[in-house]
Amino acid sequence: MLLVGTRKGAFLVESDADRRDWRIRGPMCEAWPVYHAIADTGSGALYAAAASEWHGTVVWRSADLGETWEHSGQGLTYGEDGPPLTKVSSLTAANGRLFAGADYPGIFHSDDGGVSWSHFTGLEDQPAREAWMKPNASPPGRLGVIATMPHPADPRRMWVNVQGFGIFYTDDGGASWTPRNQGMRADWPLEDPAWGYCVHKLVRSPADDDRMYAQTHVGVYRSRDGGASWTEITEGLPSDFGFPAAAHPHDRDVAYVIPVDAGHGRMVHDGRLAVWRTSDAGDSWRCLTRGLPGRDAHVGVLREGLAMDTLDAPGIYFGTSTGQLFASVDEGESWSEIASYLPGIASVEAVVWPD
Amino acid sequence: MPELRLPLTLLPLFPGLERDVEVDATTVADALASLDERWPGLRDRLCEPGPVLRPHIRVFVDRRPAQLDTPVAAGQRVDVLTAISGG
Repeated sequence: MLLVGTRKGAFLVESDADRRDWRIRGPMCEAWPVYHAIADTGSGALYAAAASEWHGTVVWRSADLGETWEHSGQGLTYGEDGPPLTKVSSLTAANGRLFAGADYPGIFHSDDGGVSWSHFTGLEDQPAREAWMKPNASPPGRLGVIATMPHPADPRRMWVNVQGFGIFYTDDGGASWTPRNQGMRADWPLEDPAWGYCVHKLVRSPADDDRMYAQTHVGVYRSRDGGASWTEITEGLPSDFGFPAAAHPHDRDVAYVIPVDAGHGRMVHDGRLAVWRTSDAGDSWRCLTRGLPGRDAHVGVLREGLAMDTLDAPGIYFGTSTGQLFASVDEGESWSEIASYLPGIASVEAVVWPD
Repeated sequence: MPELRLPLTLLPLFPGLERDVEVDATTVADALASLDERWPGLRDRLCEPGPVLRPHIRVFVDRRPAQLDTPVAAGQRVDVLTAISGG
């Protein structure tokens, strides 16, 4: 099953293990703009982070694989005296708990399956926080926690990605945090070399807890030590700019990115849609285009728009900001367009349910 | 009692909520608080911290622009609208 978050609701795109024939259900969540839709494989529940210009931010939840949905914004607030919370942009489920990354930035958690939420942390011990709380230092859309990445087995450990500031890590359940951006590049002045990096997407290899990949505003990076240090692996790619990245579920040396042109366009170069794969941890890259439009495809792919499933021969999927959804079941060697007319896609997640 | 007309986008969020509802209230804020007792969470979909109305929500009392502290009285009509936005 693919969970697809779009500008007009969540969609479920489903197939059997062959992943050849796909069925689309949606729009769900009352067609609210959905920034990230995920599945909690532990509980079987689906969640969708949504923000309406009219009605604010909620997290939708479904206990019956999308047949019915409920919403809750209970606790998603910085209080009557605090700033308004306008968007939850990332969701994660791990170790029986849900995490939501929100603007200002802050992280909320839910221990009751998304019925209610509590403020978890604003990384209050970080010197960087003073900078990200300055209204005149924030862009109009405001900065947010664009990813929370709990360790799958150790609830004390978590990596988070603060938009425009970079990666921070805790190993004491969120009581204290450490920047984890060493080795990354910035082409803007840094107030402190420990933070101020623009990490668009952080992924960890399911095959090796210490192996990570990051697509940033200026380059793609690899870490072999859980983010303690990073090595740039951009060489061989057509652009150092891009949003999504995906790590292979079984091979720590395989990762995928979709570079786009920087600047206003942020679309694939020259209208040629391509996914790039490394099979040697970023020492080299291969351009994968078979089945993808080779011309006149002026599309982009957003941060959460690329995903892999966990089958032995894993599928890889991506959705464009103009609503096309592509799938490959041969490691990206060939692609099929499995949905053509969805609303603009913000997120794609792949989940394999047991028979 | 004043009568509220609610935006259509609110109805699917709260089972049993109807577009036209009567509430016992003396201000717009009272009216929304009363609705929130019957449909928990409803107020947060129209207001943000302050409290103030959300930026894309507008309220009119007897066709005049209103805020949360605007008085309402029996027989008055309170329209809650989603402002022009989206696409």
